[in-house]
Amino acid sequence: MPRDIAIKLLFATGPSINTRLLVAVIASVALLSTDHQNPRLDDVRSALSFLTDPLKYLVGFPSVLLDQASDAVSSYSTLRAENEKLRDEQTINKTRLLKFDSLEKENIRLRALLENSFKLGEQVLIAELVSINMAPFEHIVVVNKGTRFGVYPQQPVLDANGVVGQVFRALPFTAEIMLITDPSHAIPVQVNRNGLLTIAVGSGKHNQLNLPYLPANADIKPGDLLITSGLGGTFPAGYPVAVVDEFDAAGSKSFVGITATPKALLDRNRELLIVWGNKEPVQLLKNQIPDSKPPTSDKNE
Amino acid sequence: MNNFPGKGGIIFTLVLAMCLRIVPLPNELAAINPDWVLLALIYWTLAIPERVGIFHAWAFGLLVDVLTGRLLGQYALAYSLVIYLCLSLHRRLRQFPLPQQGLFIFFCLLLSQLLLFVIKNLQQPGEFPASFWLPVFTGTFCWPLVYTVLRFIRRSRIFR
Repeated sequence: MPRDIAIKLLFATGPSINTRLLVAVIASVALLSTDHQNPRLDDVRSALSFLTDPLKYLVGFPSVLLDQASDAVSSYSTLRAENEKLRDEQTINKTRLLKFDSLEKENIRLRALLENSFKLGEQVLIAELVSINMAPFEHIVVVNKGTRFGVYPQQPVLDANGVVGQVFRALPFTAEIMLITDPSHAIPVQVNRNGLLTIAVGSGKHNQLNLPYLPANADIKPGDLLITSGLGGTFPAGYPVAVVDEFDAAGSKSFVGITATPKALLDRNRELLIVWGNKEPVQLLKNQIPDSKPPTSDKNE
Repeated sequence: MNNFPGKGGIIFTLVLAMCLRIVPLPNELAAINPDWVLLALIYWTLAIPERVGIFHAWAFGLLVDVLTGRLLGQYALAYSLVIYLCLSLHRRLRQFPLPQQGLFIFFCLLLSQLLLFVIKNLQQPGEFPASFWLPVFTGTFCWPLVYTVLRFIRRSRIFR
């Protein structure tokens, strides 16, 4: 570099650092207060994510590679055993589903008799985890599907065993998913055995949910299955969430300390299901009942 | 003697720092993962204050906000304040021995973490585990490493 340019840089004119700091602080505070109150800045975030999302994929790539490598080197017998296990599972699941159609129709008819509206039929999209670590104290994971695939905030996310969480923020190529164990997450649930409604709050620990809103005389036992109640509108009703842990029922204390273990394998799964529920409950009209086709079956995948 | 690396070198190290920031780690290690981006920014500010300044810090802070899913502007605010400190003190800091520099780095990281703490609490009051402050200490311990590696990159001819 020529000497005169270096000297020019050394005595750079332009705004002093105090002015620069003032501008930066004002801009930051303006951004903070806007972003806190409304989603107007989502476009800015999406635009900036075009710069940052490649980094997420880059950092997550080695673990994808590792997975593929372990698939490639796993022995023939391991693969065959896994294949057999999966085939068995599929047979069992298929047999279970045989009666599902007729049960579903029966359910529609019964609900029609009760003149009840209901929600049925959900679409799912498989998303893969991008293994990166965003913030150590929040249970937020990143998946490789975003608004490009129609993912939107507050969308429920499941895995094969139960509810995982909800979409917290959707960017064009990735989506951030808040797990049900996040301390700021709460999910309305009911006890499958007796329909008791309550709310399961994230504990901040992996594999634990708290049930703080139970009255002292609530009918709840260790081993009870908690399913989504559908209240609140975010999660569709009827998906398994957690199993109530052991607690000291003999003590006459109130049930403040009751905890539950999530059914979903929150820290082990690589594939998640993003769910599109029907926004509008299907209103059953009398003339639809004899029809053997459920009104939403065309939306099922 | 021209000691300026090109823009490429600076951006490369900052992007590397951003990758280190989100690298998947076991939970115990993730809790102490230091703020590499801030460390890199501090180094470049102290090394070439004519080139790296508050607006660079602000822009990279905004990118870190998006990268880690924070409210927009909180890292931008923290980084620009810390870099302002570095800029106004860089002549004195260059004369300091390493332990004193370390103390200054500790103070910078603490200031940044404190701002994040305040903003997070304003947004959503809640309890913080004590380990929230651990990255400040690990960051200070990592400073000699960052200093050595980045000085090597600055002096190497790869990024000229």
